Amino acid sequence: MIKEYSSILNVSGPLLLIEGVEGAKYQELVEIYTRDGEKKRGRVLEVDKDKALVQIFEGSTGIDVQDCRVRFLGRTLHIGVSSDMLGRIFDGLGRPKDGGPEIIPEAMLDINGAPINPTARDYPNEFIQTGISSIDGINTLVRGQKLPIFSGSGLPHNRVAAQIVRQSKVLGGKEEFAVVFGAMGITFEEANFFIQDFTKSGALERVVLFLNLADDPAIERVSTPRVAFTVAEYLAFEKGLHILVILSDMTNYAEALREISAARKEIPGRRGYPGYLYTDLASVYERSGRIKGKKGSITLIPILTMPEDDKTHPIPDLTGYITEGQVILSRSLYRKKVTPPIDVQQSLSRLKDKGIGKGKTREDHADLFNQLIACYARGKEAAELSVILGEASLSDLDRIFLKFSNQFEERYISQGEKENRTIEQTLDLGWELLRMVPRAEMKRVRDEYLERYYDHTDDTEK
Amino acid sequence: MRKGEITKVSGPLVVAKGMKGSKMYDVVRVSEERLVGEIIGLSGDTASIQVYEETSGIGPGEPVYITDKPLFVELGPGLIESIYDGIQRPLDIIRDQTGDNIARGVEIPALERDVKWVFKPLVKKGDAVSSGDIIGEVKETVLVLHKIMVPHNIEGKIKNIKQGEFLVTDTVCEIETKDGVVKLTMMQHWPVRLPRPYKKRLAPSLVLSTGQRVIDTFFPIAKGGTACCPGPFGSGKTVIQHQLAKWADAEIIVYIGCGERGNEMTDVLMEFPELKDHRSGESLMKRTVLIANTSNMPVAAREASVYTGITIAEYFRDMGYSVAVMADSTSRWAEAMREISGRLEEMPGEEGYPAYLSAKVSSFYERAGRIEAIGKPDREGALSVIGAVSPPGGDLSDPVVQATLRVVKVFWSLEDRLAYQRHFPAISWLNSYSLYIDDISEELNTTIAKDFTDLTKEAMRLLEQEAELQEIVRLIGVDALSPEDRLILEGAKSIREDFLHQNAFHEVDTYASLEKQYKMLAVCLFNYNKAKEALSRGAAFNDIIKMKVREKISRMRYLLESELSIIDRLQDEVTEEFKKLANPGGRNDKGIQQHS
Repeated sequence: MIKEYSSILNVSGPLLLIEGVEGAKYQELVEIYTRDGEKKRGRVLEVDKDKALVQIFEGSTGIDVQDCRVRFLGRTLHIGVSSDMLGRIFDGLGRPKDGGPEIIPEAMLDINGAPINPTARDYPNEFIQTGISSIDGINTLVRGQKLPIFSGSGLPHNRVAAQIVRQSKVLGGKEEFAVVFGAMGITFEEANFFIQDFTKSGALERVVLFLNLADDPAIERVSTPRVAFTVAEYLAFEKGLHILVILSDMTNYAEALREISAARKEIPGRRGYPGYLYTDLASVYERSGRIKGKKGSITLIPILTMPEDDKTHPIPDLTGYITEGQVILSRSLYRKKVTPPIDVQQSLSRLKDKGIGKGKTREDHADLFNQLIACYARGKEAAELSVILGEASLSDLDRIFLKFSNQFEERYISQGEKENRTIEQTLDLGWELLRMVPRAEMKRVRDEYLERYYDHTDDTEK
Repeated sequence: MRKGEITKVSGPLVVAKGMKGSKMYDVVRVSEERLVGEIIGLSGDTASIQVYEETSGIGPGEPVYITDKPLFVELGPGLIESIYDGIQRPLDIIRDQTGDNIARGVEIPALERDVKWVFKPLVKKGDAVSSGDIIGEVKETVLVLHKIMVPHNIEGKIKNIKQGEFLVTDTVCEIETKDGVVKLTMMQHWPVRLPRPYKKRLAPSLVLSTGQRVIDTFFPIAKGGTACCPGPFGSGKTVIQHQLAKWADAEIIVYIGCGERGNEMTDVLMEFPELKDHRSGESLMKRTVLIANTSNMPVAAREASVYTGITIAEYFRDMGYSVAVMADSTSRWAEAMREISGRLEEMPGEEGYPAYLSAKVSSFYERAGRIEAIGKPDREGALSVIGAVSPPGGDLSDPVVQATLRVVKVFWSLEDRLAYQRHFPAISWLNSYSLYIDDISEELNTTIAKDFTDLTKEAMRLLEQEAELQEIVRLIGVDALSPEDRLILEGAKSIREDFLHQNAFHEVDTYASLEKQYKMLAVCLFNYNKAKEALSRGAAFNDIIKMKVREKISRMRYLLESELSIIDRLQDEVTEEFKKLANPGGRNDKGIQQHS
């Protein structure tokens, strides 16, 4: 039986304390009716005897202590999911926002999901070709991976994400894919950029958008990625689609979490973020992956802006501990007009080793990227030296490495927004650049590959 | 069954009243869903309970069932090759029963009840036995002979002992004790928070070889030792843990994935059965127990998982095996403690961690050690613990790192600076240390080569000199150095690139025996010393660094263990080439501009 209460004890920030409640459950969904008849939704964060602490998604504007009525619904937050959601736009809690009809749900699912049993997971090992050399060649993305983009204010992370969406494909397969896009606190313009880009490339009908924009209630953001993942899980593991989930911007999400934590007067961890930020982020990110025996998969690209470009800030730091690598955008490369400005030294894809090599990309791929990075690092060191001492002070070999690293940035990393390179083009370009460096320095490459790729030059390249 | 009533639910913390008579750390079942919980605080008749499962939908008024038993593990045949969650529930069987996602309130015994094991008795009727005595054995896998021991606090005469195929719950032995007849099965129980006893602690004097050059040669860990590898994300903590689990010369591996990525456990699950143990040629999984509590699984079970893992490890140690425990990552364990402590509204210590953090960390690592086990026959076991730590931002002043460094004897400092240069394993040779070097040098010098430790000291000196010289180079450039100093840089570079750097994903390079390590290091240093000699005789620096044999040296890592003689011959080649280079006339050194 659903009971209604009007016994609100106090309101502070997004939280509501109600007393005299019977039988409230942890995480239960509640509805709050304000004096003006407006309906808000919330969930129970804590129950202590007859007191329930409720977090209101829409914020506490318009709530008063006397006249508000609160109704406990006896269930956790569920959303209705359906294949018809493709091509539609929803708000941060999954209600239609595009003026279209309500979704007729094929299933009602708890937005918190349930953790995937580690034994049920299938290892991500299918190479996704993004057409971007610095990702395909150096930080390879595979299906089922979580690879965040660490960016900073003013850097083109949205453009990189849009390029990945436009160009991504799996070699040799024609499989159904779709995008689930969760926007948290980004501006209308940013959201619009994605919508326009999806429209232009004809992908919009394969996209489900959840928009919680900058002027939408901040607390709602805490549910947005969970709603997005609930739909993604349904489409991937029930309907067999390959889903790319893009979440932007996780920094806003974490800030909303901090707001709730502060309102609950919890003991803060680093920089005021709650101590359970890691666990909370993990409960979102870890929902991606592959499951044995299921056709679909969920690949996740969360975008986050690092405050002051600081990688050790809690949000990028904890994200990096959960995700399988990171793509870091570099301000200095951006200034040099390198597009996309991906810092290949700091970026990393942990799953690349399973997604590359013979039968997936090419046999020489692993050795090649190790060698490229080693040479690039050496060139960057030489560049630093030459800043202090002048180029004349460099040894002959260092000068070669310096030239290599400049060429590497100009030709390999920089490719522009429009160019879509195949993996062969990316690999061959790598060898072409490596030939600038003496053979004895190829310490990371097996002899047979040196013979096959380093010594052998195609006529077409000349 | 007695029961209490829930009064408060806050995430993984549940408070219940009517719990009079329960003890600290007793297990309870929460609500009709029978979620597993553990009592972590008592006050009057109310108990604070940490719940090992998701608590959504639970509320005040629901029952809490009291079991009056502490959290324990089941020990017996069937442990090896299992994958358990933090409280020893078999994840593979859970999946068969409840599907791909983890359901709540599952009750499945840890050891499979319907598997028959061949029990071979080793004592006979009338023998006097006491705690820890081995009464029989079971061939659990091709690699593991599971010894069945008399549980603790039992002493008497064998009244009856059987032979044949039994379930773990079948009686295999009856012992006549002074309190009557005790029936023994192949399975015993042990509370996870209580260290298993032993007769005597022994000094760690044997090396635990890992096949990783930087570790074995420079910062070795002893059997029964403790090590930690803190580092920022992306520095390769997990790869090192995996490498040790694969190649460490321990008889049993317990791998605890504590609050880490789900895909990493999948990686272990898929890769280990495929990999062959280089000593026995059998699948690595046949000596491994996995504990997986990934980051999205309930946070409280993360806290229990390290105890579950180490108790299983202690059990195998007591059989006389050398066991290695990898805990990845202890930071997540500490964070779980912090979360529960916060919800209990305890006064926080540093960074919000509870004040008892360092006590918990040190008592965990103290469970490692080389020991003489209780019972007959006499046997020695060793339990080595290697913990990964994930400090925020790689900052070593983090309380978990500091608490860990106070107890562990080996510190592998992982640095992102090295990782960016793709120098793996990214273990800093300047900041890391091992306090076992003196304890195990005798073994290394007698079994591998008598100058093993001398060589490592010489190599380390070169690396240290390099670091000093690098500072000068950064200020005034490499040209300002004397040829001798430049040669030091070259020598150290050769050690870094040809020896320390090791590719975990290369089928040969991934493992190097101690013998191979010694030979490789010897060649690097031999080459350097020859070069020094040549230089002093007047050879040109530029000629020395252009020598052809250098390419061969850089490739010796790819030589198979059966081809080690090639490395020996490299020394001759070095000598040969230097002979050719030798120019007794002492021509001018054109390659170097001398600055005064």
